[in-house]
Amino acid sequence: MRTKSTLGKREALSGFLFTLPTIVGTCLFFLIPFIINIFKSFFTSGGSFAGLGNYIEIIRNKVFQLAAWNTIKFMLVCVPLIVAFSLIIALFLYKKLAGAHFFRTVFVFPLVLPVASVILFFNILFAEGGIVNSLLSCFRIPAVDWLNSSASFFVLVFLYIWKNCGYNIILFLAALNSISKEYYEALRLDSASTWKALWHVTLPMITPHLFFIFVISVTNSFKAFREAYILCGNYPNRDIYMLQHYINNNFQTLNYTRLSVATILIFLLIFMLILVLFKLKNKAEEHNL
Amino acid sequence: MKVGRKKGIGVNIIIESVLVITVIVLLFPVLFMVINSFLGSKEILSSYGGILSGSNLQVHFHLIPEEATLEGYGEVFLMTPAYLIKFWSSLFLSVSIVLGQVMVSCISGYGLAKFHFPMKNEIFYLVIILMMMPTQVLMVSQYPVLSSMGLIGSYFALILPGAFAAFGIFLMTQVFSYVPNEILEAAKIDGAGHFQILLRIMIPCSNMGIASLVILSFIDNWNMVEQPIVFLKESYQYPLSVFLSSINTNRLDLAFVCGVLTIVPAMILYLFLKDALILGIENASFK
Repeated sequence: MRTKSTLGKREALSGFLFTLPTIVGTCLFFLIPFIINIFKSFFTSGGSFAGLGNYIEIIRNKVFQLAAWNTIKFMLVCVPLIVAFSLIIALFLYKKLAGAHFFRTVFVFPLVLPVASVILFFNILFAEGGIVNSLLSCFRIPAVDWLNSSASFFVLVFLYIWKNCGYNIILFLAALNSISKEYYEALRLDSASTWKALWHVTLPMITPHLFFIFVISVTNSFKAFREAYILCGNYPNRDIYMLQHYINNNFQTLNYTRLSVATILIFLLIFMLILVLFKLKNKAEEHNL
Repeated sequence: MKVGRKKGIGVNIIIESVLVITVIVLLFPVLFMVINSFLGSKEILSSYGGILSGSNLQVHFHLIPEEATLEGYGEVFLMTPAYLIKFWSSLFLSVSIVLGQVMVSCISGYGLAKFHFPMKNEIFYLVIILMMMPTQVLMVSQYPVLSSMGLIGSYFALILPGAFAAFGIFLMTQVFSYVPNEILEAAKIDGAGHFQILLRIMIPCSNMGIASLVILSFIDNWNMVEQPIVFLKESYQYPLSVFLSSINTNRLDLAFVCGVLTIVPAMILYLFLKDALILGIENASFK
């Protein structure tokens, strides 16, 4: 008996040692500085206790409010759009059409493509005298300054979907393929319609996967900063000024207290969002059982 | 019966055409860049003069250039080596991060996937949460550490945190957990140590998974924007992914060529590892 427990202890030690690089890396580059930042966030830069003063200052800051609202707005618009769009495409591909494998492979291509390498294309596409406006003028629609007006928000939404839809399509296809064929056969015996099969089998069966797809879509929505930065620089139009721009620009002035308070708030916000999604997922699973 | 089939074919044609249109929209930017990289400076001026001068002159885009030349390529490859140097330093940066990440993730992934020890689940949850955070949130924590190490302004400020990125650890933990425990038990009975098991069993059994880590991580770092613009001080150090946005308007002809050059490494990896890429996306998920 005793040998078994020492063996277990040795196993645990080996496991710990193998995981050590991760533990050290995470502690060094995130956990320890993050905890120090939390501690420091309750003090003024002079060193006197400030309570929640730094937090109140940030939350009242107009630029922070704008950036936070834009980030949330972007998420609320993009995530449902991309989930719906990629689900439709995945359902198409799932029907085992000619070339389904080819399409699946091509759809992830934008993910691989460096945005910087094709940014010129998007510049020319959306410029004032660009391709989109020329097309619009055929329908006598007046030219829009896509990159320097509030329309830039939609440009960014388009780029986000262009880049990330392949990722979601693959996840949806994996979810669809995990559904047992027996369910469909049972329905076919009942001579149910395609819509009925979709509503009563397909959608309920992929609900557990939806959780992760939502999470990854939210995660990827933060990465849209890359496109926004490459297309419009540090100070884009106010409609796409995101929290990421805010942090970046505060890095330029090295206002570290403001930086750490802002990131603590963002961390908490995302943490809560993940918790809510997780709770929703558990509820959906209970409901299905 | 016949009517039903006819209707089915009609629907299929509509679906196929939707898919084909989507593919064209997704791939057109690359085609556009490649075509334009063969334009001479004269044709660039006549096509995109409006963009260059910042006025709202219409652009004229031709699918087939009136006069295809290799002028741009000649200049980038022979006359102005600065662009090629950038290319190689970008490649050095991405390859270093990928190598570091593969090493860290394989070792830690083995620990997290195949052992039980206290706090293991908490560590794994933290990895997942970090994976979802915007890069900027992580950078604010990394900055003081890198600064006290004296690394701000050097490529190591990008490589070191990059090697420990949460995504790789998460992916390899998932990949390794698919290796059946029976094989490991058998190897242990034969007297294999943990490192032997990792090198001789875990890694060879998961080569597709590792390939998927290589391509996903390479792409992410080849495209990196967030870290260089904060952690590097001089704009001449910027990797191609950031640098390209600054040459866009001055030298449009060179920008097209550099754009194509930037696509090439990602394209090669994609062509060889596209199945691994898809597998990686499927593996890096949880229910």
